[in-house]
Amino acid sequence: MVKALERENVEMVFSYPGGANLEILDYLRKSSIRTVLVRHEQGAAHEASGYARITGKPGVCLVTSGPGATNLVTGIAAASMDSIPLIAITGQVATSMVGTDAFQEVDVTGITDPITKHNYLIKDVNAVAQTVKEAFYVASAGRPGPVVLDFPRDVAKATSKIKEVASIDLRGYKPNLKGHTGQIKQVIRLLAEAKRPLILAGGGILGSGSWDELRQLAESQQTPVANTLMGLSSISLDHPLALGLAGVHGLPAANLAIQRADLLIGLGTRFSDRLSCDVEGFAPNAKIVHIDVDPAEIGKNVRVDIPLVGDLKIVLNQILEKLEPVQHQEWLAEIAQLKAMKAPSCRAEGLSPITVMESLAKVLPAQAIVTTDVGQHQLWSAQRLPHRRPRGFISSGGLGAMGYGIPAAIGAQMACPNDLVVAVTGDGSFQMGLPELGTAKEQKLPIKILLLNNSYLGMVKQLQDFYCGQRYAAVQFTDNPDFGCLVKAYGGSHYLVSREEDLSKALADFLADPGMAVLEARVAYEENVLPMVLGGNCLSQMEGIE
Amino acid sequence: MRHTFAVLVENSPGVLSKVAGLFSRRGFNIESLVVSETEDSSTSRMTIVVEGDNRVLEQVGKQLNKQVDIIKVNDITHEETVERQLCLIRVSADQSTRQEVLQITEVFRCRVVDIGRKSLIVEATGDETKMQAIIRSLRPFGIMELVRTGKVAMIRGERNKGK
Ligand SMILES: Cc1ncc(C[n+]2csc(CCOP(=O)(O)OP(=O)(O)O)c2C)c(N)n1
Repeated sequence: MVKALERENVEMVFSYPGGANLEILDYLRKSSIRTVLVRHEQGAAHEASGYARITGKPGVCLVTSGPGATNLVTGIAAASMDSIPLIAITGQVATSMVGTDAFQEVDVTGITDPITKHNYLIKDVNAVAQTVKEAFYVASAGRPGPVVLDFPRDVAKATSKIKEVASIDLRGYKPNLKGHTGQIKQVIRLLAEAKRPLILAGGGILGSGSWDELRQLAESQQTPVANTLMGLSSISLDHPLALGLAGVHGLPAANLAIQRADLLIGLGTRFSDRLSCDVEGFAPNAKIVHIDVDPAEIGKNVRVDIPLVGDLKIVLNQILEKLEPVQHQEWLAEIAQLKAMKAPSCRAEGLSPITVMESLAKVLPAQAIVTTDVGQHQLWSAQRLPHRRPRGFISSGGLGAMGYGIPAAIGAQMACPNDLVVAVTGDGSFQMGLPELGTAKEQKLPIKILLLNNSYLGMVKQLQDFYCGQRYAAVQFTDNPDFGCLVKAYGGSHYLVSREEDLSKALADFLADPGMAVLEARVAYEENVLPMVLGGNCLSQMEGIE
Repeated sequence: MRHTFAVLVENSPGVLSKVAGLFSRRGFNIESLVVSETEDSSTSRMTIVVEGDNRVLEQVGKQLNKQVDIIKVNDITHEETVERQLCLIRVSADQSTRQEVLQITEVFRCRVVDIGRKSLIVEATGDETKMQAIIRSLRPFGIMELVRTGKVAMIRGERNKGK
């Protein structure tokens, strides 16, 4: 197993030990692969995910059987929803014990079936090398995703003489990477005919590394680009054609452009419900082109006029080869007007979290990597940060798993030790990711954590504002711990800000801190994320927009 | 609409539960599923009958195709196929009705595979329509027990061998 991991050029494995993975850890000790000891298995999966998202290479985590494996489940599910290449190795009880309800036995392949791209229970030591190679291939090829390797202890103890591994040829998995030329011609024809074209760029652009092609396409066709949450950072929001986040909390320009477009080109997106809102009323005037490497996504959620299956990097180059530049002055003038409509800003008294995000946006270096947790702070980050570095916005989109931000920052920082990594979190999420500060401390990672402390589970409070007549239930933290003490216990610096006039200095000190640092901003809890499309409404019906 | 999928899969443990899990979590309706090894012992063939509208049926095909252990998915609903099911029926038949029951089994070319004092076991093979007709004809005598396999199907003609 360890040899096979070395062959895949694995740099590090996020691990937590137990009786069922002793052997692998023992061999890892002698290997060039770094073993990073985490504090909770969920953290290991999210760290591997953060590593994978910034590097584009599979992240690897290793845990023991039973509770070790079940603790991974949220992390695997998050990676599955967001198409992140992940290799999760779980120790398993010996094959002779499998099925006997042995100590710390759970049916890992059974539990992870619905949340993995594929999984393997390795029963034969002679199959290990080939299976690992296959797992790395499956995790990254086509639409990436998590793969679980369940590795019984007796197999881990056995030895194999197998040295050579065959190249991968899976008769059941051959993703189609090149676009169909007939369909490409249709796309080119539609682009030439369109008066109000719009690109919707999703996470597939980042997964396939095709942000340059995206920009070329947008520029040559003078076509604005809206993003899904997962697609943010595929185009810098400084770019004149970039419209930013679309969807439930999308920016007015992005949402309205979708509703007004006559051609919508979806690139590497699932057209998820968070994006489309009311499906019937989605992009009512547009022909929809959907380009994705996973044919099962096409036509799943929204009607599609031109389906095109393939790897975006290849398909976009196929399209770019044949394109004639065009102008869309009228449409871009209309877009410019839409862009003048900003997301509503601060309404609350005291320090507004929105002000904090806008101040961060101003001072954040272009190469900074931002991770987020889940909640209001996540959406303010999505809406207000500039997203200049491709792959530099790392957030749990599909699963929306609180507790993601800090481990993801750790994974990203391990991959990019010299870059600034900022995790934006809330006081609820922070307490879910907290154990991993121990990992950050031990690895001496200078991660920066911006903690927007509103003493509420703000996003849920917001839902209760809109859907429960402001009857708040189980959303207020009336007696939060002293975050300063906590951070110091983990060897980090703690900065506190509660007044707008102190903000810029606090931010500057925090970002310049050489080690792990937390800036706790005590912010007004009343602020809500706007705009907001309420359930059942379509994208143009945005609360907070006149 | 009811569609029949011929699905060639790796003959490895866990494939059946992957397919069954996929159907249940995506809310697809399996009407019947038959699985067995093929002429090549490394593969199995599943014949799955699914009920759903066009969108569901398209998703069924695509989601099955996505599975790494699934080698080939064919919607054979509109192909020329030979299809068979097998059905065992324990029907009551005493002195007074036995002759009539036996006549019916002859008409449908069924076999009587067991005879008791008050009942017979009838073995019938055929397609869905024939099964329904037999069951309908025997019902008035009293069907005491009935077991049926799902449907297996094969495309007619030479070229389709191995599909
Ligand atoms: C693991 C998990 N449990 C519950 C939720 C539901 N949920 C979504 S946002 C949220 C509140 C997050 O609060 P906080 O981290 O303080 O951020 P804020 O919204 O206040 O910015 C909750 C509970 C979730 N997304 N993930």
